[in-house]
Amino acid sequence: MAVSGMLVLTGKGNKMTVLDILSGILLLAGCSLGVIGAIGLIRFPDFYTRMHAAGVTDTLCAGLFFGGLAIQFGLTLASAKLLLIFLFMLFTCPTSSHALAKAARHGGLEPWTKTGSGAAHNMSQEGAKS
Amino acid sequence: MNDHLILRVVGKFLIPYVMLFGLYVQFHGDFGPGGGFQAGVIFASGFVIYTLLFGLRSTQQIVSEGFLRVISASGVLIYAGVGVASMLMGGEFLNYNVLAANPIAGQHIGIMVIEFGVGLTVASTMTLLLMMFAERGLPS
Repeated sequence: MAVSGMLVLTGKGNKMTVLDILSGILLLAGCSLGVIGAIGLIRFPDFYTRMHAAGVTDTLCAGLFFGGLAIQFGLTLASAKLLLIFLFMLFTCPTSSHALAKAARHGGLEPWTKTGSGAAHNMSQEGAKS
Repeated sequence: MNDHLILRVVGKFLIPYVMLFGLYVQFHGDFGPGGGFQAGVIFASGFVIYTLLFGLRSTQQIVSEGFLRVISASGVLIYAGVGVASMLMGGEFLNYNVLAANPIAGQHIGIMVIEFGVGLTVASTMTLLLMMFAERGLPS
């Protein structure tokens, strides 16, 4: 089945197998997660919430992509490399989000609140006044 | 310094693999994407992560600036040495074809040795740059 999946990739046949459909579903889910993360990055009000949207969806988005691609490649060296990249992303994405949030907190950025009393909000208002 | 626990644990875990990937890019450079410059930068980024997480003093205990200076100069020397060696063996400067019995093997040896020189110089210069900039902020 993995071989026929490869055949579709190389254009030698047009049969859709169960694995092709499965990998398509995984890729589509990864795409939609990426789009959701991007929308959150634009629409959320402050640094922490934006980073939350991007950081949380990022890892699973990459994981779904690599899963879908690995199904297409079957048990080959390319799949092993994809697995290694996935492990790397699995460890580095949350860590980089953590480092960013920690740096922002250390720099004195207060999280946004609904009443608008967050320091980021205040700082931007004060910047506009002065 | 103990408040970067997560970063330190992940950094410690990742640094060997970053350096291993640097070596892979270095020595796989003639079969796939890669080469001396990229490999040098990736290898040096291991030192950069280590310096950011554990401080300049611990990096200085691993490599001294004098050692890095010698390495960065010897990389250039290797590069130029291949050129001079090909001149001595009867070709032009950096003509790899004369380095071995047949041109293809010569090309292979030449590009590997030259990329090794580039990788040495880039890795040590990147680390040296970071160390010298970081040194300026520390009280002496």
